[in-house]
Amino acid sequence: MKQQELIPHLFRTEYRKIVSVLCKRFGFDQIETAEDITADTFLAASQTWPYKGIPYNPVAWLYFVAKNKAKNYLQRDLVFESKVSNELKRSSDEAYETEIDLSPQNINDSQLQMMFAICQPSIPPEAQIGLSLRILCGFGIEEIADAFLSNKETINKRLFRAKEKLREENVKIEFPGPAEIDERLATVLTTLYLLFNEGYYSSSQDTIIRKDLCDEAMRLCTMLVENKLTGKPEVNALLALMCFQASRFDARIDQNGELVLYDDQDTNLWDSELISKGAYFLNCATTGNTLSKYHIQAAIAYWGTQKADTPEKWESVLQLYNQLLQIEYSSIAALNRTYALSKTAGKEAAIIEAEKLKLTNNHFYYTLLGELYTEIDNDIARQHFQNALALSRTQTDKQTIQKKIDNL
Amino acid sequence: MDEYALIMRHEDGSKIASPEQMQIWMKQTMDWIGGIAAQNKFVGGTGLLFADAKVVHHNKMVTDGPFGEIKETIGGFITVRAESAEEAAEFAKGCPVLQGEGNTMEVRRIHKNEGGR
Repeated sequence: MKQQELIPHLFRTEYRKIVSVLCKRFGFDQIETAEDITADTFLAASQTWPYKGIPYNPVAWLYFVAKNKAKNYLQRDLVFESKVSNELKRSSDEAYETEIDLSPQNINDSQLQMMFAICQPSIPPEAQIGLSLRILCGFGIEEIADAFLSNKETINKRLFRAKEKLREENVKIEFPGPAEIDERLATVLTTLYLLFNEGYYSSSQDTIIRKDLCDEAMRLCTMLVENKLTGKPEVNALLALMCFQASRFDARIDQNGELVLYDDQDTNLWDSELISKGAYFLNCATTGNTLSKYHIQAAIAYWGTQKADTPEKWESVLQLYNQLLQIEYSSIAALNRTYALSKTAGKEAAIIEAEKLKLTNNHFYYTLLGELYTEIDNDIARQHFQNALALSRTQTDKQTIQKKIDNL
Repeated sequence: MDEYALIMRHEDGSKIASPEQMQIWMKQTMDWIGGIAAQNKFVGGTGLLFADAKVVHHNKMVTDGPFGEIKETIGGFITVRAESAEEAAEFAKGCPVLQGEGNTMEVRRIHKNEGGR
């Protein structure tokens, strides 16, 4: 790998590890210091390597430099504390131990613990995702801004506020105790799933960034799966869900960046390796008695990997949505359930059920009604599609709906 | 919005359905509940099994099953959110239990335990 590529590559893979370890060592209240030291380390690399050549082991070099910078910081901090605030009594271990542990085990634990620290219901979901991208995925502020269709300033402010809030809450970088792990894990999984969806459904035209978001969500979820403490059935189920969905990533966007609808997708572009990975993790998810919403969604996503329109497929999907809606209502699940019903019970029956949903500010609702009325009453169908068009916001959605109107 | 219990009452609990019949009935029940849940009006549900049922009488005597002098029995209930008893009754109309002649659905508003009242 050439030097110009090497440093950004290492930034992506190593930044998050160093930040997590340092931040765990310093405490969450000093997260900015941890970020600064890590950024300084990469700056040092970009200033030194062009002249002295790439070190034999670049990662070890980075760890060594980061360690020294951190030690210097801790020593300065110590001098400051002992001279300026004598009264401050710290435990001797904490005050004099400046060693930084960059062993694989501690790197892994620190990152997982950082995940729990960031995924807190007290900060808004988009801030959790932003912080995750920055600290757990090593994304630059600009990349995060691109992913959110926002600007650097807004993202900086959002992350700053989120860190403030976590500091106020005195968040600790540690694994939650056995009594609270399930509840805390639920928040982490929600954030990872949102991160994944941000990539899968986002309106950002930048396909590479979108795929990155999905990959990162899957990487973080894999870390949770591989850890004894966190590798629970619902975590496996979420990873299975992500694998099944990601398997269609290349098929659902054409060369022009336009969305290709499910029925029009080329199944040759579906990633069979990801589909079998998904099946593997779904299988792992069935140990124990847990049936989470991720299990049901993964099972639905599994049927999504079976293109053939069989009665068995749609009956299974309908029953899965029936179950999912009982666990957790969402408008999209309600609409998908009604679509599945149209496949098992016919369009007329589905129209009756659809009209009860009354999701009148949702463009997907009118798109569904348009679909159901197509061929039954094309005038009504057109009216529904027009409503959908008026309510839709993104270019992709407008294009998709316009195509349906043109096809009537 | 209030919560209502929709109680399934079977005229004769001693009738045994075939496994095939049970399967059809299960699917219809799931679709019925799914339709309510899709409107975000489903709160919860409890099915009651006939097997191993006991009746405890006034004199603390225990007999098997809810059957005997009283034939009518309860098959289960679900809880829904509804604006009115009428809306709750609309939901009840879709319950497959009503396909059995003599069976009924009872709609009851759930007592709210609020403000220490």
